[in-house]
Amino acid sequence: MSDSTDTAGSKAAAALRRYWRANIRIMAVLLGLWAVAGLGAGILFADTLNAYRISGTGFPLGFWFAHQGSIIVFVLLILAYCLYMNRLDNRHRRELETIRQEG
Amino acid sequence: MSVQAWTYLFVALSFGLYLFIAWRTRVRDTRGFYVAGRGVPAAANGMATAADWMSAASFISMAGLISTMGYAGGVYLMGWTGGYVLLALLLAPYLRKFGHYTVPDFVGDRFASDLARVVAVSCAIFISFTYVAGQMRGVGVVFSRFLEVDIHIGVIIGMAIVFIYATLGGMKGITWTQVAQYWVLITAFLIPAIAISIKLTGSPLPQAGLGTTLEPSIAGQSGVYLLEKLNQIQTDLGFSSYTATFVGGWDKVNVFCVALALMVGTAGLPHVLVRFYTVKSVRAARWSAFWALLFISLLYLTAPATAAFARYYMIDSLNGKTAQELPSWFENWEKTGLIQWMDDGDGVMRYSAGDDNEIFRGGSLSAAELADVKVDHQAWLDSDGADGVDGRAALRARELSGPDRDIIVLATPEMAELASWIIALVAAGGLAAALSTASGLLLVISSSVSHDLYYRVLRPNASESQRLSVGRSVIGVAVVVAGIFGIYPPGFVSQVVAFAFGLAAASFFPAIVLGIFSKRVGTVPAVCGILAGIGFTAFYIIACVFFDMETWTFGIFANGISPQGIGSIGMLINFAVTLALTPLFPRPGKEIEAMVDSVREPEDAGPAVRIESAPEH
Repeated sequence: MSDSTDTAGSKAAAALRRYWRANIRIMAVLLGLWAVAGLGAGILFADTLNAYRISGTGFPLGFWFAHQGSIIVFVLLILAYCLYMNRLDNRHRRELETIRQEG
Repeated sequence: MSVQAWTYLFVALSFGLYLFIAWRTRVRDTRGFYVAGRGVPAAANGMATAADWMSAASFISMAGLISTMGYAGGVYLMGWTGGYVLLALLLAPYLRKFGHYTVPDFVGDRFASDLARVVAVSCAIFISFTYVAGQMRGVGVVFSRFLEVDIHIGVIIGMAIVFIYATLGGMKGITWTQVAQYWVLITAFLIPAIAISIKLTGSPLPQAGLGTTLEPSIAGQSGVYLLEKLNQIQTDLGFSSYTATFVGGWDKVNVFCVALALMVGTAGLPHVLVRFYTVKSVRAARWSAFWALLFISLLYLTAPATAAFARYYMIDSLNGKTAQELPSWFENWEKTGLIQWMDDGDGVMRYSAGDDNEIFRGGSLSAAELADVKVDHQAWLDSDGADGVDGRAALRARELSGPDRDIIVLATPEMAELASWIIALVAAGGLAAALSTASGLLLVISSSVSHDLYYRVLRPNASESQRLSVGRSVIGVAVVVAGIFGIYPPGFVSQVVAFAFGLAAASFFPAIVLGIFSKRVGTVPAVCGILAGIGFTAFYIIACVFFDMETWTFGIFANGISPQGIGSIGMLINFAVTLALTPLFPRPGKEIEAMVDSVREPEDAGPAVRIESAPEH
């Protein structure tokens, strides 16, 4: 009896570790994009990007990223995180449910 | 109806609405008072966060700053929005899962130290007071400009309104009032922007209008891009091109550091962080960060458009015009001292970056001082320079060249020749922006003192009703102190706003991030890190701003780092000190480890510790 609760407990702990690793992974990807869009395109490479213009508009690319583009990217990044984490939460809950039933 | 009558009507209506909401949402327990009973839906919390966040500075001054800074104005746009990504990914969900009332609560519990708690409380109170003083001043300025009420009476009226709805409803009242304030301020910001966009570019979307061509009737020919035309006008007058990157003191290193400090600072501001305690669940905390940035982006994507439109329109309608040709908005705002014309005698207005510039602002000069300058200037003109003083040289020496930046937002409706009720709406919007931010900050001050200091440190046995009445009276005291700062602004208030962000960036952000993402970091390294980060940042800002210290280049940069951007370095120092000391000190205890685990775990999974339902919290 105590054996089965132990394995159920360690399975749950393993599931939690997987959940946390997946969370860290998506965070790293999104924060990478955050840095590229905001600090990269908007600042570090803004002078280079300013040589190009968004076709059909008067926006030099670097200026556009600093004034509008980065903000749009930021909103989309948070949206992506919310949607992904909702799925991850649900998956984790289902996993725990199965472990509980098996245990 | 006159502008003034409309303004009285709108201000009275909006204040009535705020008080009505406060009455409907009054609370009786600390949960309601500090965290709105944790019953706020994500979208409403997002809206409240947006109103809480967008202050009088965002509403009135930001577009004007961008308008004069061009590309470099992007530091405010990126800095004040980019922080929300850090908040949503690194902080908000975990703080909600932790589930106490305040930010110092988390710092104090995670690092199991009252010293850490007291340091965090001091930072929270300092940051909030710096900020709230500026808001109260903003209330007074709006009152005095639109209603011709004395600035002191304006501040007192604002104090009374905030006091009533913050003490009655606590966080719950503040939250629902802020939802209403968001709509007032965003409507007031968007309508003039849309109108001036249609007028200049024909596009009803100002965000898109910024990138399109000017109306042929305005540019004289078709197919001229607004930004190109603006660049050309700017360079013709001796200013730097509007879209050009890294001009003057704004080199790459400084733009980077200031933007980063504002981003990280935003993520560490206590009045923003505490908003994520008010929602129902972790999931709702993530969504409310999304809603908050979406609602904020409505204003932040419009502000650069308003900035460029107003810049173009202002130069175009003033430069090279005679007194008869000047638009009527110029006369209206000349009275307020926000914009001044010092003619060189030829009767034609000239706006430029050089010595022949004739447009100035009153700045901090009093009406009487400004009148003296004008009298001397008139004498100088009448006597062909034999008598009197050249007002242009006098004002240039005081660094008052160019119009006041606030005029960009305040006068846009008149530039676009909108109806007088829209002009009045801008006044109500400015008040909404200032009041919503002030109330959020006052609540942070109240919860810091009554919850973190009084209850958690001084009197752990205090009863629910004692804590509630301490919370309410602290708001009362804080409103009065903030009001006094608003009436008699200490000269350093505007200078120390940079301090608030730098401090938040160098203290809270690293401590909370490491507290969540590392189980190894213990009390001593964390407290040392916070003290090192704050100490360095505070020293640098105080030395640069008050003692004229040369800015530091750290031996690798071409220009010194401006005090606004030093929070980035302070944050790195905090991280570095904490991580370097960590291996030398023991691991935190089992309870802390269990707490971190429970904060990381998703909700409704496993036997999570329901801290928030436990009676002692």
